[in-house]
Amino acid sequence: MTATAQAGPILRIEGLNAHIAGQQVVEDVSFTVPATGITALLGRNGVGKTSTIKAIIGLIDRSGLVELDGVRVEKEPTYKIIRSGVGYVPEDREVFSKLTVAENLRLAERDAAPRRQLVEELFPDLLARSGQMAGTLSGGQQQMVSLARALLNTNKILLVDEPTKGLAPKIVAEVAETLAEAAKTVPILLVEQNLQVVRQLAAGAVVLSGGKVVHTGNALEFLDDDGLTQRLLGVSTEAVSHEASPHAEARHAAASQEKGAAL
Amino acid sequence: MSTVVLLLFTGLGLGALYFLVAAGLSLIYGLMGVLNFAHGAFLTLGAFTGWEIARRTGADSWWTFLLSLLVGAVAGAVFAAFTEFVLIRRLYRRHIEQVLITVGLSLAAVALFDGIWGTDAVFIQGPAWFKETTEILGARIPNDRFICIIAAVLVLLALVFFLKNTRYGMIIRAGVENRSMVTALGIDVRKAFTLVFTIGGAAAGLGGVLASHYFGYVSPLLGGSLLIFAFIVTVIGGLGSLTGAAIAAVAVAVLQQFANFYLGGTGDFVVVLALALVLLFRPSGLLGRTS
Repeated sequence: MTATAQAGPILRIEGLNAHIAGQQVVEDVSFTVPATGITALLGRNGVGKTSTIKAIIGLIDRSGLVELDGVRVEKEPTYKIIRSGVGYVPEDREVFSKLTVAENLRLAERDAAPRRQLVEELFPDLLARSGQMAGTLSGGQQQMVSLARALLNTNKILLVDEPTKGLAPKIVAEVAETLAEAAKTVPILLVEQNLQVVRQLAAGAVVLSGGKVVHTGNALEFLDDDGLTQRLLGVSTEAVSHEASPHAEARHAAASQEKGAAL
Repeated sequence: MSTVVLLLFTGLGLGALYFLVAAGLSLIYGLMGVLNFAHGAFLTLGAFTGWEIARRTGADSWWTFLLSLLVGAVAGAVFAAFTEFVLIRRLYRRHIEQVLITVGLSLAAVALFDGIWGTDAVFIQGPAWFKETTEILGARIPNDRFICIIAAVLVLLALVFFLKNTRYGMIIRAGVENRSMVTALGIDVRKAFTLVFTIGGAAAGLGGVLASHYFGYVSPLLGGSLLIFAFIVTVIGGLGSLTGAAIAAVAVAVLQQFANFYLGGTGDFVVVLALALVLLFRPSGLLGRTS
C-alpha cells in the first residue's frame, strides 16, 4: 500500500460541480474518502454518481477542489491525476475491444514494475485468454480485464464504477471477492447499485440525490435503516439479505465498538 | 482484355495515391476527431519540395527520385507536426474552430505556394524508366503506376507493423476506439496526436511526390484535388480504419477509372454515388467502428 502523506483522508472533494453538454450533473458535492477500506457512493439512477467519479479525474468539465493524498489535483489533466496514483474502473468496463487481453493490460502498465503476478493470481482466466480480442470476452471476463488494468499499478485509491452491473450472480460474487482482496491494500471509492455487494464490502457510504450529497456515514447503519434507504435510494433494504459476509460482520462489530468507545 | 488490365492498373496506381492521403486523414479523424482540411497542403508541399530536389540535383536519376521521396515525406511530416502543435492542439473538442482553421490554413498554403512557385503547373521529369511501359496481358502499363502501387503497399505494411508492434501503435489503436479511456489509464494521448499528424503528413508528402509523377506535373492545387477523393475514401473505408482506407482507395479509384472509360467520363459522379450508398446503407463505412 502506498504511504499517505498525512493521516487524513486519501481523497477530499469540496464544492465539486460538473457539467455535461452545458447541463449541471454534479452540484456542490463535498465528501472525503478514508485511507483504508471501501467507501460506497450510492444514489438512485441518474443522480450523478458516475459523473462524480469522472469529474474527480477530470474526464468531464468540472470545478471545485479535488485533493488526493493531501495534494490538490483539480488543475491537472486526467492522465496526470491517474499517474499520481488513481486506478479507474469505469462503468461498462470500457475495454478496448479491438486489442487483445494482453494488449489491454500492457497499455495500462504505468509503473516500472507492474504487478503482473498479482493480476495473474487474481485472474488466471485472463492469462489463458491473453491472445483473445477483448471485445469477444463475456461481460464478466471484460470486467476482470477492467479490474486487472487498475490493479496492475500501485495506487493510492481505486475509483470503481458499477463493477457488478449486468453480471451473473456467480460473477458478481467473484468481483466482490476481488474487490475485498484489493481493499486490503488500497482504499476504494465504489459506485454500486447492488446493495448486497455494498453490505458485503463497504465501510462508509456517501449518498447522492439530485447531484448533491444528502447523507454520509457508516454503510451498514445506512443500509439497516430501511426508511432512509427507501427515501434516498428508492429501494427497501429488507429485500437485501442480512446474512452478512465475514467482511460485513467484522465491520459491523468494529463500527459498534467505535460507537461504544465514543460514548 | 488489354483495356480492362490497363484501367485496372491505372486505377490501382490512383488508388495508391488516394490511400497515401486517406491513411493519415483516417487515423487523424479516428484518433482525434479532427477533420483536417489542410491535409492536401501537406501533399502539395511534399510535391513541390520533391520537385525542387529533383530540379536541383538531376531529375532523371533514381537516386534523386528516392531523395525527393524522402524530402517530400519529411516536408509533409514537419508541416503536419507544426500544424498539430501550433494550431490544432488548442482546439481539441472545438470542432467548428478546427474546420475553420484547417480550411483557412489550406487556403493560405495554396496562396503561399502560388507566391513561391507560381500559379502555373510545373511539369515533372523523372527517371527514364517512368516514361516507358511494361506489357501485362497485352496492356501496356505506364511504369510510374507500379512505383505508386509499390510505395503505397510498403507504407501500408509499415503502418500496420507500427500499429501492431509498438506501444505508440497500441495507444493509437486504443485511442481510435476510446480516447478518453486511454487518458484514464494515465497516458498522455497528446503525444500520440502529434505522432499521428506527423505520420499522416509524411504519407501525404510521399503521396505528393508520387502524384506529381503520376500526373506529370505539380501545381498549388494538386493537394486540394486529391483531398476530395481522399475524404470520400476515408468515409467509405470507415473513419479510423487503415485497412478500410486501403480497400476503399482501391475500390474508389478502380471504379472511377472504369466509369470514366465505359460510362462516358462519369467517374467522379459514380464515386459520389458510391459514397451516398455507403452513407445510406452502411454509415460507419466498410470497416469503421459502429457508434
